[in-house]
Amino acid sequence: MPVSKRKTIGITCYILFLFIPIYWLLNMSFKGTEEILGGLTLWPQDFTLENYRTIFTDPTWYMGYVNSIIYVCMNLVITLLVALPAAYAFSRYRFIGDTHLFFWLLSNRMAPPAVFLLPFFQLYSSVGLFDTHIAVALAHCLFTVPLAVWILEGFMSGVPREIDETAYIDGYSFPRFFIRIFLPMIRSGIGVTAFFCFMFSWVELLFARTLTSVDAKPIAAIMTRTVSASGIEWGLLAAAGILTIIPGVLVIWFVRNHVAKGFALGRV
Amino acid sequence: MNKVRDNKAWFLVLPVFILVAFSAIVPIMTVVNYSVQDIFDQNTAYFVGAEWYKEMLRNTHLRESLVRQFTFSFSVLAIEVPLGILVALMMPTKGRMASVALILVAIPLLIPWNVVGTIWQIFSRADIGLFGYTLNSIGIDYNYTSDTTAAWFTVLLMDVWHWTPLIALLCYSGLRAIPEAFYQAARIDRASKWAVFRHIQLPRLKSVLVIGVLLRFMDSFMIYTEPFVLTGGGPGNSTTFLSQALTKMAIGQFDLGPAAAFSLIYYLIVLLVCYVFFSAIKQLGKAK
Repeated sequence: MPVSKRKTIGITCYILFLFIPIYWLLNMSFKGTEEILGGLTLWPQDFTLENYRTIFTDPTWYMGYVNSIIYVCMNLVITLLVALPAAYAFSRYRFIGDTHLFFWLLSNRMAPPAVFLLPFFQLYSSVGLFDTHIAVALAHCLFTVPLAVWILEGFMSGVPREIDETAYIDGYSFPRFFIRIFLPMIRSGIGVTAFFCFMFSWVELLFARTLTSVDAKPIAAIMTRTVSASGIEWGLLAAAGILTIIPGVLVIWFVRNHVAKGFALGRV
Repeated sequence: MNKVRDNKAWFLVLPVFILVAFSAIVPIMTVVNYSVQDIFDQNTAYFVGAEWYKEMLRNTHLRESLVRQFTFSFSVLAIEVPLGILVALMMPTKGRMASVALILVAIPLLIPWNVVGTIWQIFSRADIGLFGYTLNSIGIDYNYTSDTTAAWFTVLLMDVWHWTPLIALLCYSGLRAIPEAFYQAARIDRASKWAVFRHIQLPRLKSVLVIGVLLRFMDSFMIYTEPFVLTGGGPGNSTTFLSQALTKMAIGQFDLGPAAAFSLIYYLIVLLVCYVFFSAIKQLGKAK
C-alpha cells in the first residue's frame, strides 16, 4: 500500500476516535429522556428539538452562554493589551531582572488553580468585584497573560531588528511604528495568541464558578443544574454540552490558516 | 538576536507586572499567611509556625494522591507525546484537506473541561453509553463507577482524547517549518523513512516538543474538572488527584491552614519539576 494512502487511513481512524464520543453527545441531545433511558439507539428514533428549545427560551440557561462569552472577550482584550508591549520589551531589550521576570510570569502559568481559589474569592469579594464578568476575566489573566507573552515573544523575535530601526529613521514614533508596521507583521502571532487565550479561558470552570454566583454565572456552572431529584436530565445536559462546542469551532475556523503558519513562525 | 540594553523597557512590561502581581502576589501571600496560622473564625487565629507543613508531609492520604498524580502525569505524557507526533506525521500537508483535518483535530481542545467530563461520562456508561455498552456486550466487564482499573482506564483515555491534539498541532506546525530542501537532500541520499524522521524531523520538533511536554505536564498535574465530573474521584479515592484532594480540604472541610500549607507544597513541586525539566533540556541543547 502506498504511504499516502496508509496515512489517510491512519488520520481518518484518529479523527473517528475523536468524533465518536462527540457524536454520541449530539445523538443524545436530540432524544427525550424516556428514549435515552429506554435503551441504546445509534440515532434518535424519536427526533426532538425539545432540549434545545428549553435552553433557548429559558434566560437562566442562555444567559450562561452570554456571560461566558462576555468574560472570555474581556479577558482576550486585556491580555492582548498588556501582553503586546511586554512581549516587545522581552524580544528587543535587555533590562534589569528580565530573565527573572520572564520565569516568574511563566511560573504563574504553573500555579494550580486550586491553590488560588480561596484567596481569589476573598480578594475579589473585598474589592467588590465578586460576581462580575471582569473578576473572572482578571482571574483568567493569571494564566493567559504569561502564555500570551511567551507566544508573542517568540513571534516578535522572528521579526528582524532592522525593521524597527528603518522605521525610526523614517521618522515613525514608537506608538505609530508599533501599531502601523509592527502589529500587522505579527498578525498571525496575534491570531494564535487569541486562539490560546480563548481556549484556556472558555474551557476553565474552577475560577469561573467560584467567582460568580448569579449575574455572571458561566454556562459550565449552570450545566450542573441538570442533576435534579428525579435523576439527571441527560438530554438537556447533552444539548447544553453541544452548544458549548460551537463557539470553539467558530474560533478555530477563523484562525485556521494562522494556526499552522503561526506556530511555525513562533518559537520554532 | 543581540538585544539592546535599555532599562526603559520596564515601562513596557509594567502593565503585565501590575496585573499579574495583583492576581498572583496578593493571593499567594494570603496563602502563606494561612499556612502558618490556625484559624477558628474571622477574628481568632493562632500562629502555629511550620506545624501544618509537618502535618501535611506526614499525611498518608495526601502522599497517596501525590503518587497517583505522578503516575497519572507520566502515563499521560508517555502516551500522548508519541501519539501526537504520529498524528502530526499523518496529517495531510496540502490543500483543503489540510485545513479541514487541522480544525477537526483541534476541536477537543476547545470543549469546556466539564463538558469533556460529561461526554465521557455519557459515552462510557454501561446502560446509555456506546463505549461502555459495547465493551460489556463483547464480554468485558466494564463499569467505571465501581471498578478501579476501569476508572483509571477511562480517565486516561479521556485525557488522551482531550489533549493529544495539542501535541499533534504543535508538532504539525513544527513539521511545516522544515524547508523542502531538507527532504530533497534526504531523497538524494536515499535516506530511509526512519532516517528522515530521526535526523530531520525529530531534531526540528525539539523546541515545539519542549513547549508541548511542559504544558502537558503542568496541566495534567493540575487536573481537576474532568475526573471530578467523570468519576468524582472514586471509586473510593482511586482517581482523586492532588487538586481534588486540595479542594476537598479547603472548601469541603474548610481547613484553611492545612490546605494552605498543602497548596504551597503542591506549587513548589510543580515549579521544581518544571525547573528540573527545563534545565535538563537546556543542557541537552548545549551538549549538541
